[in-house]
Amino acid sequence: MAHNTHDSSHGTVKSYIVGFILSIILTVIPYWLVVSHIMSGDSLVFTVVIFAIAQLLVQLIFFLHLGTSPEQRNSTLSFIFTVIVVFLIAGGSLWVMWNLNYNMMDH
Amino acid sequence: MSTEVLHNNHDHHHDHDAEATSKVVFGFWIYIMSDCILFACIFATYVVLHGNTYGGPSGKELFEMPYVLVETFLLLISSFTYGLAMQAMYKANKSQVMMWLAITFLLGLGFICMEINEFHHLILEGNGPNRSAFLSSFFTLVGTHGLHVTCGLIWMVMLMLQLNKHGITAITSRKLSCLSLFWHFLDIVWIFVFTIVYLMGVM
Amino acid sequence: MDHLLGKLSLAAIPFNELPAMLAGGGMVGGFIALVLLITYLGKWKWLWTEWLTSVDHKKIGVMYIIVALVMLLRGFADALLMRTQQAMSVGANHGFLPPHHYDQIFTAHGVIMIFFMAMPFMVGLMNIVVPLQIGARDVAFPFLNSLSFWLFMVGVILVMLCLIVGEFGQTGWLAYPPLSEKEFSPGVGVDYYIWSLQISGIGTLISGINFFVTILKMRCPGMTLMKMPVFTWTALCANILIIIAFPVLTVTLSMLTLDRYLDFHFFTNDGGGNAMMYVNLIWIWGHPEVYILVLPAFGIFSEVVSTFSRKRLFGYNMMVYATACITLLSFIVWLHHFFTMGAGANVNAFFGIATMIISIPTGVKIFNWLFTMYKGKITFTAPMYWTMGFIVTFSIGGMTGVLLAVPGADFLLHNSLFLIAHFHNVIIGGVVFGYVAGFNYWFPKAFGFKLNEKLGKCAFWCWLVGFYVAFMPLYVLGFMGATRRLSHYDASTGWHPLFVIALIGALIIFAGIGFQLLQVVVSIIQRKQNIDVTGDPWNGRTLEWDTASPPPFYNFAFVPEVHSLEPHWDHKQENGMNAGKPKCPYEDIHMPKNTGVGFVIGLLAFTFSFGMIWDIWWLAIISAVGMFAGVVYRSFDYDIDYYVKAEEVERIENEISNRKIA
Repeated sequence: MAHNTHDSSHGTVKSYIVGFILSIILTVIPYWLVVSHIMSGDSLVFTVVIFAIAQLLVQLIFFLHLGTSPEQRNSTLSFIFTVIVVFLIAGGSLWVMWNLNYNMMDH
Repeated sequence: MSTEVLHNNHDHHHDHDAEATSKVVFGFWIYIMSDCILFACIFATYVVLHGNTYGGPSGKELFEMPYVLVETFLLLISSFTYGLAMQAMYKANKSQVMMWLAITFLLGLGFICMEINEFHHLILEGNGPNRSAFLSSFFTLVGTHGLHVTCGLIWMVMLMLQLNKHGITAITSRKLSCLSLFWHFLDIVWIFVFTIVYLMGVM
Repeated sequence: MDHLLGKLSLAAIPFNELPAMLAGGGMVGGFIALVLLITYLGKWKWLWTEWLTSVDHKKIGVMYIIVALVMLLRGFADALLMRTQQAMSVGANHGFLPPHHYDQIFTAHGVIMIFFMAMPFMVGLMNIVVPLQIGARDVAFPFLNSLSFWLFMVGVILVMLCLIVGEFGQTGWLAYPPLSEKEFSPGVGVDYYIWSLQISGIGTLISGINFFVTILKMRCPGMTLMKMPVFTWTALCANILIIIAFPVLTVTLSMLTLDRYLDFHFFTNDGGGNAMMYVNLIWIWGHPEVYILVLPAFGIFSEVVSTFSRKRLFGYNMMVYATACITLLSFIVWLHHFFTMGAGANVNAFFGIATMIISIPTGVKIFNWLFTMYKGKITFTAPMYWTMGFIVTFSIGGMTGVLLAVPGADFLLHNSLFLIAHFHNVIIGGVVFGYVAGFNYWFPKAFGFKLNEKLGKCAFWCWLVGFYVAFMPLYVLGFMGATRRLSHYDASTGWHPLFVIALIGALIIFAGIGFQLLQVVVSIIQRKQNIDVTGDPWNGRTLEWDTASPPPFYNFAFVPEVHSLEPHWDHKQENGMNAGKPKCPYEDIHMPKNTGVGFVIGLLAFTFSFGMIWDIWWLAIISAVGMFAGVVYRSFDYDIDYYVKAEEVERIENEISNRKIA
């Protein structure tokens, strides 16, 4: 069986528990904010997105073990590149489509 | 950048295993990156089309939040239990690995059943994917995620069978590592489905 | 409707259309002739064990290129048909191709040339060359390599089959909705299109991942990223583009499929669909796609220029950075394909400027190639001819691209023949010239003998002259207002003479293709005169020339260790052309086993798509289950590799040295 000498690249039971509890918290709070109607509008959207990104980072670090050590570097770099491209493609598409739809409207 | 140096020694198998595992797991990670792009396109399409309800219902009228929260927890817990399965694997505890995989499987199956149920109801009510562009993109986004989870479940069964036969070896642990990446990735995608589709849908 | 055969019936065969029957008949005849020939020579077992089940990157690469060249003939036949039609079809004359047939031809021409000629040519060259250039024994995932090839073949077979069973799409090569939706394309044509692209696209994505991991993880000791040959660098960047872009194609085609099969409303006119989203998504794939095609061509030119100028490549670091820049920038220019769709001035300005910027790193590369040639000792071989033809031709095409990048100009030139001339200018001048140069350059490595130089040069001149004669008139026609995809026009336009000149140009290119075929045939016949004994017929500089021609199946008996950018060249300077025997003893070499699983999954993917196209649901379901079973079978198979014994390696290496001495 392959022996692993790098804790950072596969975690411990403790780190999984920490990640799990953080994820629960980061799920419940935005859920409650939305269903209780305490906030609304743009500020609610912004808050909820922040929580999603926070949970993303928690799961990337605690479940997927992304980090900066030499063994993890390849994976982390390719992930960052992918995220950049996702922003360009998704963000670009939204910008383009919004402008196209705006110009199609009756005004 | 690490370049593995091949030695002229007799420890061929060990070197080969470490190299092969590193290649395979990295290759699988890159496949996951391509899957990120796949989901990004479907998300972008959903955001562009979600307002096109064609006179039909929007998310606000259709989504049941408590139900979605339960689904979310099933998947989140399953991501955690898979992590525990991997920890057991590193400790070479085959029966614990099998147990945690079985629990993960049941949680994942529960998630899928709830989702099929949700889709079934929507379709029966006449709010299937051909009702509007919004519903087409909803069913496609959530459905594509569900299809991925289903493939993960089938793969999990296959691995449990192989684990049973061969035990924890370099090859089976490599395959478990790949499924681990896949399973956690699916929970991460769900964070965004939960947020963008459901939470923002009912605001 | 017969449930057993879905929509399929004898009516699917176009008995009443002579051109289709001739083409289809020729194809079927050719196929039968091939089957008979293999039977007559008794080579079925050999074909199966040596080629169809091979996981060897060199053999897979050869298969890709053979298919690419066959598809070049089909794609070019489409081109000749179009040129002839447009040269004839003016005023009272309506040519010989009715519109619905003409529309299938221009659709098929684009699909075949991009997906089934250029892509496989590139993947084939990468397959043969990259592992050798980095000192590896195979790619990272040899089984997936085989699977990728067979998935690609499914696309080829579907696109050939629709000639005689059914029809092809009449939508143009990108199948824009709403025309490609069920409402306006109710036949099976668009379904053939969807499934052939979808299945071969998955093969391409898998290849992208395969080569990306190979290049990053399997370089021999000492070969840092900045010591990789430029072709490997461009291959790496092209594969990054594949990994990012092809999922977009998969998603977009899937959505169109859902619209057509299950009445979804992504891109339909009703139901709230938005056809513009399709155009947006398909070009997010489409633009990186053309860089996927051209970057490896640039890599080939770097290798060829350096070898035949007997000089190190000028500005290696700059070339790497320029390639990386092009890779990144290719993600922010896609809207220039639809300036006229109405996103407005701000959006158009951003993408127009980005498009102009992307021409700069390419310009840097051109200068670097010129500086490499400057004061070099140039040998004018066929690959060098293709390279010099490229430098002139591609530069012109690039300049017309910068012109089109100006949104105001594009509003007049979008979808005119000017556009057609531009992209053929860069694709032929860049991609085709590059791959043919690579074909001539690496042919001896793959087969052990050189191609006939004289015929290669004749082919080049025909292609070069033919290209200009065929496409310069199209630039003029574009300025005169001629639109693309026209099957008939008025005499009063004054376009007719230019279309006739274009036809002559196409015929000159036809002669060029003829010379290429002749070159291959004659070279095979004369192979003993052109044999490459040393493995290094061109006095090359990179690692692939350190092996025999062709290399043994394991490539390197000893994994090389490199210390510089040009390991083979330095090796020769230190040790002379025939380095002595290695001092270490031979070792067992770990190799993957051949397998038929890739072929079988491919076959089932074909029957699956055929079932989906013709609504033969039982066939589709059984095939899907079968594909799944194939995957499961492979997963449970733990007996997939073996060791080549050291004695066997020694025997093969001795054979190779004896051949060199003899």
